[in-house]
Amino acid sequence: MAEYLFLVPLFPLIGFLINGLFIGRLPRPVVSAVACTTVGLSLIVAIMLFFDLRALPADARLIQQTLFTWISADIFHVNVAFMLDPLSAVMILVVSGVGFLIHVYSIGYMAHDKCFGRFFAYMNLFTFSMLTLVLADNFLLMFVGWEGVGLCSYLLIGFWYEKQSASDAGKKAFIVNRIGDFGFLVGMFIIFWQVGSLDFITVSQNAPMVFAAGGSLITIACLCLFLGATGKSAQIPLYVWLPDAMEGPTPVSALIHAATMVTAGVYMIARTNVLYMMAPDALMVVAVIGAATALFAATIGLAQNDIKRVLAYSTVSQLGYMFLACGVAAFSAGIFHLMTHAFFKALLFLGAGSVIHAMSDKQDMRDMGGLRKHLPITFVTMFIATLTISGIPGMSGFFSKDEILWKSFSSGHGHVALWVIGFVTAGLTAFYMFRLVYLTFYGEGRMDAETKKHIHESPRSMTVPLMVLAVLSVIGGLVGMPHIFGVTNYFEEWLHPVMAGHNQEAATHALASAGADTSMEWLLMLASVALVLTAIYLAWYFYRKNIAAAGSLADKLSGVKTTLVNKYYVDEFYGAVIVRPLVYFSLFLWKIFDVVIIDGFLNGVASLWHDISNALRYSQSGRVRSYVTVFTIGVIVVVAYFVFGSN
Amino acid sequence: MVPISAYLILAAVLFGIGTVGVLISRNVIVMFMAIELMLNAANMVLIAFSRALSIADGHVIVFLVLTVAAAEAAVGLALIVMIYRNRETINIDRFSLLKW
Amino acid sequence: MNLDTVMFIVSAVVAVFGATMMIAQRNPVASVLYLILSLVAQAVCYVQLSALFLGAILVVVYAGAIMVLFVFVIMLLNLRGGEDLGRPSPIVSRFTKYVVSILLTLEIVFIIKGAPIKAMTTGLIAKIPDDFGSVEQVARLMFTDYLYPFELTGVLLLIALVGAVVVAKSRKPGDPDETPMEPDVEVKTDKAVN
Repeated sequence: MAEYLFLVPLFPLIGFLINGLFIGRLPRPVVSAVACTTVGLSLIVAIMLFFDLRALPADARLIQQTLFTWISADIFHVNVAFMLDPLSAVMILVVSGVGFLIHVYSIGYMAHDKCFGRFFAYMNLFTFSMLTLVLADNFLLMFVGWEGVGLCSYLLIGFWYEKQSASDAGKKAFIVNRIGDFGFLVGMFIIFWQVGSLDFITVSQNAPMVFAAGGSLITIACLCLFLGATGKSAQIPLYVWLPDAMEGPTPVSALIHAATMVTAGVYMIARTNVLYMMAPDALMVVAVIGAATALFAATIGLAQNDIKRVLAYSTVSQLGYMFLACGVAAFSAGIFHLMTHAFFKALLFLGAGSVIHAMSDKQDMRDMGGLRKHLPITFVTMFIATLTISGIPGMSGFFSKDEILWKSFSSGHGHVALWVIGFVTAGLTAFYMFRLVYLTFYGEGRMDAETKKHIHESPRSMTVPLMVLAVLSVIGGLVGMPHIFGVTNYFEEWLHPVMAGHNQEAATHALASAGADTSMEWLLMLASVALVLTAIYLAWYFYRKNIAAAGSLADKLSGVKTTLVNKYYVDEFYGAVIVRPLVYFSLFLWKIFDVVIIDGFLNGVASLWHDISNALRYSQSGRVRSYVTVFTIGVIVVVAYFVFGSN
Repeated sequence: MVPISAYLILAAVLFGIGTVGVLISRNVIVMFMAIELMLNAANMVLIAFSRALSIADGHVIVFLVLTVAAAEAAVGLALIVMIYRNRETINIDRFSLLKW
Repeated sequence: MNLDTVMFIVSAVVAVFGATMMIAQRNPVASVLYLILSLVAQAVCYVQLSALFLGAILVVVYAGAIMVLFVFVIMLLNLRGGEDLGRPSPIVSRFTKYVVSILLTLEIVFIIKGAPIKAMTTGLIAKIPDDFGSVEQVARLMFTDYLYPFELTGVLLLIALVGAVVVAKSRKPGDPDETPMEPDVEVKTDKAVN
């Protein structure tokens, strides 16, 4: 089956070429059929490959396919080659599966848009890039996919480019990502310099011999790679592009900024777990930043009024959880949360899209309310997703988040403080998500009459994906249930060979103290459930029962509220500290260096000659007598030279 | 006995006077005559040297120079006549159209 | 101080005098006459140098024909010598011209006094053949060794003759050789004199 591996990224590429080369000339049904079918075919091949992989013995689960040699220059060799191991199998299933559902959803959502063909072309291109990213067997090909998804993110965020804010957001995303990419590149350089290859398998095997464990070089390399991850996956300090990215169409937010692209950073760290395990300082940085981002973004999400912004900050927060998991060496927990998050976050975004669609493209939650009656399917599915993200027991989100919290407490790389931050964030998550639900779906409708008339449930093409994702959100957790429930954690076992030796270390450490700590685990689990229920009660109190109380509380804490609403003024801070000096520097370079010095020099040289010739031309006076005078002087000089000089 | 160099110096002086005449005069005809004077100075040198070296070739050369001087004078004067017809002036400084 | 020296000095002085007066005259006819004077003096010098034939030719051709031609032209153009020849040149440029000319002269004198020429010119009046400089001798040379240049010079004279005629032909309107230029074209003379 190895021969079919390349089909997984190839199908969406074909879809992009067909839709892209004939933009505007194909009828809409053809466009949507091409786009969805290609992703669907990728999904089918991915499923088939998954079963093939499963049929192999656990420690030999690796399918590789080399397409061709890309670069071969003395010591530097890179192939275009794909690699399927348990980790990338999970990723391609998530990407193609959720991607397929979102493509189908988009048929209904973008039905009124005039750039239908361009949208699906970009979406297919994105899917191709993302699949290349996760299937690559070396850093450089992964970077190609990395840049590709960055490009598609720019194109799709700025899809409605006539709108100034949309094109600005696209540029912001691209530029901030480039800063991260710089880190990624430096990390790659260090790795190649030391190991001599960019192949994942070669690097994983040789790294322990080449780098000093815990040494500065490996730590720097890992931190640089992590910088790239913070850019792509929106962590502190490079998260600022993600909330602005909500300018793009909602399916884009669902696919790229919830389910797939932003998870590329997490995937990258999981893929290079061998390197990170050799640099515990880097791991600590990852964990701290992950936890801090989770808390930070959750606090901002409390005060946002745009439904998509709340979800955007929620995404940043949940990504923080994933990095926290990786940072405490619980890589499989991080990937597990990646998968469940893809389900419920995509569902939340698509549901929000359904709400926006019904509200005639209005997104402010303060103008919503009472949509429960009008949008039943949307309501039910979003409610399920909200339960999941809050961590209600039984749902997938509960299992994945809980595992992260447990590992951050108990792992050898973990710390109580990290657990506390995660714990508090879980409560905040529940609170703001239920705030969203109550403001949107419950209570009296606060919208104006005109909008109210147009409220309608979304068409089947939009509601069916919602339902599928809801089912996945519920049952998706069953593959990763913790041991204390008495069942095997299939997910962890599946990913075991990829994280060989490391998760095991964390697991054995946990199991060794299993006796005493099983009760600890139960205790922590119950504590987080209790917190969540309290948070839901508070949300109900403030946004359902006694809305006035929310207003008065907000007034009392108005300083806090303003800070949160303005996102801690981080954008303004970046603008003043980084952007403005750069702009001034560029202006200086332009106005002074380029115009005055360089242009002045060049023009000066030219005008120098001009002035010289201007002066010299007066010698052509047309007067014979001065010509003769000069002539005579010349004769004197020449004769003098020959007679007196050259003797 | 008069040394040959005396004649040479005489020729040099005449040449110098001729140069002064060319440079100073504004009347184009006088300028022409000064040029003829310079040519004659050269002739004198040739005669002197052919005498000194007992070679008669110098005389032949002088003969040819004389001829050429005649021809040149003829054509030059014809040109001057033409220009005078057009410009009503013989001031050489007025013939300065071909300038910057 | 014998006859030779006296003759030389006299003829030299007259020649230089004539040349100097020539360039200082206002009236062009006077200039011509002084030049003729100078030429005659130079012819005397030629004779002293045993260039009998050439001395005669100088007077006959140069003073007798070329200078007469000059006079013809001056008469034709009806020049009186009182023409407005503009302002005199600035002192500086006149001074420069004098200096340049004097420099040139001095340079030549310096060369004359230099060693090579001295070597060539001592032994004045060496034994020369009797017919040195006579018509016969010059003619012999001219028609044997220098025949080719001689014939070419004849052609040159013909060309000059034809050229002069063509150039100075008076042209009526409608004549195909009419000069295309307007006779009263403005000539900028703001910085003309120097």
